[in-house]
Amino acid sequence: MAGSTDGGGLLARLLPSRSRGNLQDQIYGLILLVFGLSLPVLFLFIVLRIGSESQLAIEAFGWGFITSQEWNPVLREFGALPFIFGTVVSSFLALVIAVPLSVGLAIFLTELAPRWLAGPIAFATELLAAIPSVVYGLWGIFVMVPWLRFTIQEPLSRRFGDTIPFLEGPAYGFSMMSGAVILSIMIIPFISAVTREVLDAVPREQREASLALGATRWEMTWQVALPYALPGIIGGAILGLGRALGETMAITMVIGNRPDIAASLFAPGYTMASVLANEFTEATGALYLSALMEIALILFGITIIVNIMAQFLVWRVAKQGGR
Amino acid sequence: MASSTPSTENQVTGGGISTRRKLVNQVMLTLTGVASVLVLIPLLLIFYYLLAAGAGSINIDFFTQLPAPVGEPGGGMANAIVGTLSLVLLAGAIGIPIAVGAGVFLAEAGRSPLGNFVRFIADVMNGIPSIVTGIFVWAWIVVWMGRFSLLAGSIALAVMLIPMVTRTTEEMVRLVPRELREGGVALGFTRWRTTLGIVLPAAKSGILTGILVALARIAGETAPLLFTAFGNPFWEWRLNEPISALPLLIYQYAISPYDEWHRLAWAASLVLIGMVLAISLMARFIIKNPYRDR
Repeated sequence: MAGSTDGGGLLARLLPSRSRGNLQDQIYGLILLVFGLSLPVLFLFIVLRIGSESQLAIEAFGWGFITSQEWNPVLREFGALPFIFGTVVSSFLALVIAVPLSVGLAIFLTELAPRWLAGPIAFATELLAAIPSVVYGLWGIFVMVPWLRFTIQEPLSRRFGDTIPFLEGPAYGFSMMSGAVILSIMIIPFISAVTREVLDAVPREQREASLALGATRWEMTWQVALPYALPGIIGGAILGLGRALGETMAITMVIGNRPDIAASLFAPGYTMASVLANEFTEATGALYLSALMEIALILFGITIIVNIMAQFLVWRVAKQGGR
Repeated sequence: MASSTPSTENQVTGGGISTRRKLVNQVMLTLTGVASVLVLIPLLLIFYYLLAAGAGSINIDFFTQLPAPVGEPGGGMANAIVGTLSLVLLAGAIGIPIAVGAGVFLAEAGRSPLGNFVRFIADVMNGIPSIVTGIFVWAWIVVWMGRFSLLAGSIALAVMLIPMVTRTTEEMVRLVPRELREGGVALGFTRWRTTLGIVLPAAKSGILTGILVALARIAGETAPLLFTAFGNPFWEWRLNEPISALPLLIYQYAISPYDEWHRLAWAASLVLIGMVLAISLMARFIIKNPYRDR
């Protein structure tokens, strides 16, 4: 915009050179600067507040906090590993389900579907993103979990439970599997929206060249469009991962909330966000509260890192598109 | 690679593309259709159950009565509906001025290092889990005030709203044609009058759309309210008292053991989705940005 290359103060750089001397505009620039800086200040404040509240737990447990499996508030034993495990595993399983479906949907919408069909389907997936988390949870409790339990989990457990550890044990319904499935439904709109956008950005000439060489429609998609769009698709998937990691209500309502590390997908789990939602208001004692604060700090840290990664990838793709 | 051979190959095999390639093409393209259907099934199921289980419980009482105690039939969620509206409006009143200001800052700062930094922070803040926002506001406002309150709930929602609206405002301000801005400057306007008098009015509808989309999103949030607004079975208007909200009641009723409450949770979900969709549709259809399609 202003594009001034010379040095000069912060304010000078914000304003075009011709109005630099104007007092009113200097005040205007200053006010804008305050608004702009309010975001970094707020962000810093969040980090400091949660960081200082978790001091007590950090000092008491050190690194043992993230390697210990014991979570027993009565005995004042606090280890976050079961929650970290639950958050990471449920989110990755959700990605495993959501990415193929999102990419398939995006390919269908960009390459195959006629306009009259693509429009309504795209709108429907946007609707999926507008449904509040707690409504997903309600539906999960009364519709999805019973269905998964009796139609999927019990037959699988009966047939393969003895040989495959992932499928062993009683089918609880409220389980890691239910958590992953509900998360995947919730992140599909985001991943498919990004995938559609990057597929749309694949140059027409590239597609036409591939078709002209005799490629089938699928070969064109697989060999030309998808590789071109890949960084963007990965960025979209990581963005979805960030959402899944921080998702609270829906997963709290269906994952079973038991702080165990179980191999079976049919056994209950617990996530960092869920333990915060469930135990924060009933935490008695400074150490208990501080331990929960440290879990919030860890969750905060993980999601920030994941989001920065996604941002970086999406930026890179955006730069490429500009060429 | 084999760019010159396909035609001869095809002649040998009897014309067209080999059967295997055709088959792969058919199968994979069908699979993308199957994936689309699989994505749409949960959506249809959710709306089917919302209507089937919720619509029957929506009546006048639902919008005018307080929640009934366990075991008593009837009752409504009037206080939660009003609570959600107050929380969202107050969050907007707190967050929108800051967000629009920050958005204009970003548009003016452009690609300068400071602009890039603030933009980066806004994007990162968009990814903060809502439950963490709730805990932060608890540690800040609730501890300071010594109580759960409407104010704390609104601040939590405002913290979620600010980065969203900041980024959409920036984008909308940037869409305003350069000529318009230059026209203002050419008339001798100062920078601030150009922005407030010409650029912002031109970007108004786009900014409003962004605001409505953000309000629709925070209206359905539960996690940030758990430790801030907390919930309240009675009417409450004061800033410094706990207040009820539809998402909080849905959560509380859904995990309760009572069939009657489950029924009400479905009805409340239907009303909440109706509110969220109404705001989103307003953003979609009423407001059109003249510069968006350029």
